[in-house]
Amino acid sequence: MDTLLSVENLTVKFRLRQGDLTAVDNVSFTLGRGERLGLVGESGAGKSVTGFSLINLISKPGFIDSGSIRFEDIEITRLSDTAMRKVRGEKISMIFQDPMMTLNPVLTIGTQMIETLRAHVGCSRRQAEAIALENIRKVHIPSPEKRLKQYPHEMSGGMRQRIVIAIALMASPGLIIADEPTTALDVTIQAEIMDLLLELCATEGVGLILITHDLAVVSQVTQRIAVMYAGRIVETGDTQQIVHRPKHPYTQGLLAALPQHSNRQNRLNQIPGVMPSLIKIPPGCSFHERCDLCQDLCREQIPQLNEKSSGAHVACHLAE
Amino acid sequence: MDTTHAHNAAASSATPLLETVNLVKHFDISGGLLDRIQWRGSNLEFARTVVRAVNNVSLSIAKGETLSVVGESGCGKSTLARTVLGLYPPQSGQVLYRGERIDNLSPQQMLPYRTKMQMVFQDPYASLNPRMKVREILEEPVRFHHKEKSRSEVKDRVAEVMKQVGVCPDWGERYPHEFSGGQRQRISIARALVVDTEFIVADEPISALDVSIQAQILNLLMDAQEQRSLTYLFISHDLSVVEHISTRVAVMYLGFLCELAPTEELFTNPRHPYTQALLSAIPQLGAPSQDHIRLSGDVPTPINLPPGCVFHGRCPHADKRCRREIPAFLASGDTTLVACHGVEEGRI
Ligand SMILES: Nc1ncnc2c1ncn2[C@@H]1O[C@H](COP(=O)(O)OP(=O)(O)OP(=O)(O)O)[C@@H](O)[C@H]1O
Ligand SMILES: Nc1ncnc2c1ncn2[C@@H]1O[C@H](COP(=O)(O)OP(=O)(O)OP(=O)(O)O)[C@@H](O)[C@H]1O
Ligand code: SF4
Ligand SMILES: [Mg+2]
Ligand SMILES: [Mg+2]
Repeated sequence: MDTLLSVENLTVKFRLRQGDLTAVDNVSFTLGRGERLGLVGESGAGKSVTGFSLINLISKPGFIDSGSIRFEDIEITRLSDTAMRKVRGEKISMIFQDPMMTLNPVLTIGTQMIETLRAHVGCSRRQAEAIALENIRKVHIPSPEKRLKQYPHEMSGGMRQRIVIAIALMASPGLIIADEPTTALDVTIQAEIMDLLLELCATEGVGLILITHDLAVVSQVTQRIAVMYAGRIVETGDTQQIVHRPKHPYTQGLLAALPQHSNRQNRLNQIPGVMPSLIKIPPGCSFHERCDLCQDLCREQIPQLNEKSSGAHVACHLAE
Repeated sequence: MDTTHAHNAAASSATPLLETVNLVKHFDISGGLLDRIQWRGSNLEFARTVVRAVNNVSLSIAKGETLSVVGESGCGKSTLARTVLGLYPPQSGQVLYRGERIDNLSPQQMLPYRTKMQMVFQDPYASLNPRMKVREILEEPVRFHHKEKSRSEVKDRVAEVMKQVGVCPDWGERYPHEFSGGQRQRISIARALVVDTEFIVADEPISALDVSIQAQILNLLMDAQEQRSLTYLFISHDLSVVEHISTRVAVMYLGFLCELAPTEELFTNPRHPYTQALLSAIPQLGAPSQDHIRLSGDVPTPINLPPGCVFHGRCPHADKRCRREIPAFLASGDTTLVACHGVEEGRI
């Protein structure tokens, strides 16, 4: 698979009054063309900031401190604002938890889609309308002609998210970054949206980075997973391998904490404590305060994300 | 199951701890007079807009059990919870606690029940007074409900509960904003436990928390239940959590109950078409996306309830009767109640 995206040693910080907050700490990963990667982890672990960095949407007091983000042959971290806007419109699309981050409440769906298209693709009005219709059909919305004339508030949350996906697809991007796209939706709607994303990635050959805290969803949609904890990737590898045979103590704890059919009404396995503040990440492994296996080495040295015998990459001094 | 109820048999073992009978809660959102003026043809009319949040809900909760209510956003779970606790007056129907009606009591008459019935909310931040120290937050309900207790008795009581739920003693002098979401939820559970609580309504108590913290809070709730034989009305949209902790589960759709069954029965043998669709949509860890039941159509709003079965617009089994007649909540098997014509007729 040829490489679509390659992130190397990315560090993103926020300059706050109390000191620098390291939201993304020396993160590296790659994504192949048409590949689907899940970014999972604790709230505040740095998933969204990672996602925003990929489209250079980090604004003050945040900044990309170091590292490189290569998309196709473009170095994202060095692009001008104008060039970046072009990349965002044509090559990388982002879907947010709240569809209203993308949609304009005072314009009809049709107007928004057509204007987006004409700004980026430069086609005629009639062509744009045809493309808009085609994309609304792709996301399985009934009576698309009628929907084009409606405003966002006239639609349900699930329907709006479909429209956002339709807009994201219009420019035939190489990559879609979806940040918790179904967290605000009900499970029946979530299942439909995930089906849709999966289907479209397959038919259109689009790469996907799915950001979520829901391991079950990620396990059904993605081929690879990167687990983030306190700004760092602590484990990455094949999705099925990670959900069935996790190697990092944090991933193991996370999966073990999920309710099991066989264990009804019994106590759950819990990970003690909470994630450290990103302003004061402890020395050594950022998980060491919560880890059962912790040894002196863990308190002193940051474990590197190394390949283990299983093929997974794990940042833990003790994992095999 | 027995859907009739005993008003007078006080605290006999057969009396449920809590019961609702045909409970109805509507919200009038018409607004002021001017908002209500509408032209119909050439006539001026005063229109009323009513949200039918909870419709004819009858259920009973036995002492020591966990009854969970599940259903999609806006189906009326929180409204049901608040009406049960007397935070909203019902339009009609009854709420009974140990067989006594509590829905028509004055605030004064309600006081003894306020110590027995507590609520834990989704957002522990909004429910904790930001200007009070944790110690004050926990002492206040004891002082209020147990005026006979001396200062040192209050302190002892709070210290005991703090220890029980894993709130460190040195948190006492700090303020809520200094804590993480999970820690704050621990504090609000401690607050529910400092009085002589019997019944706790937990409305999405873990939805705002990380998976690694959710397990901590669920364990805490389960431990407290065991130690004090508490009864829970648990509201959540996370069906695997509901499966884990519930004795029985009620499924709600547009303000109506569609199914109520013992947990294992519900998850292995869902009968109502909506329950079937809901369960089939739960993502399973590590299992490649299975074939879930696809529902067509949008969820209608509780402002314009469809006639007949409220689920008919999305139901793959709907027929003429479903579009006209509201299905009754009937026994199906020994332990399950279902509101569905198809189930009643034996065609589902
Ligand atoms: N604009 C900002 N200013 C200051 N700090 C920020 C800002 N945006 C994010 N952060 C901090 O960066 C860290 C990572 O945040 P991020 O939003 O990436 O987390 P996340 O993994 O997406 O969490 P969640 O699951 O809650 O969405 C957090 O500690 C957050 O407080
Ligand atoms: N105070 C209120 N005034 C007017 N309408 C209300 C009020 N509270 C709730 N509603 C409406 O009643 C319906 C049921 O709301 P409720 O909050 O009970 O749903 P829910 O099942 O708890 O949803 P969620 O899962 O999103 O918490 C919704 O349509 C809601 O908009
Ligand atoms: S390095 Fe130590 S603390 Fe960190 S994950 Fe490995 S065992 Fe745990
Ligand atoms: Mg995020
Ligand atoms: Mg609610």
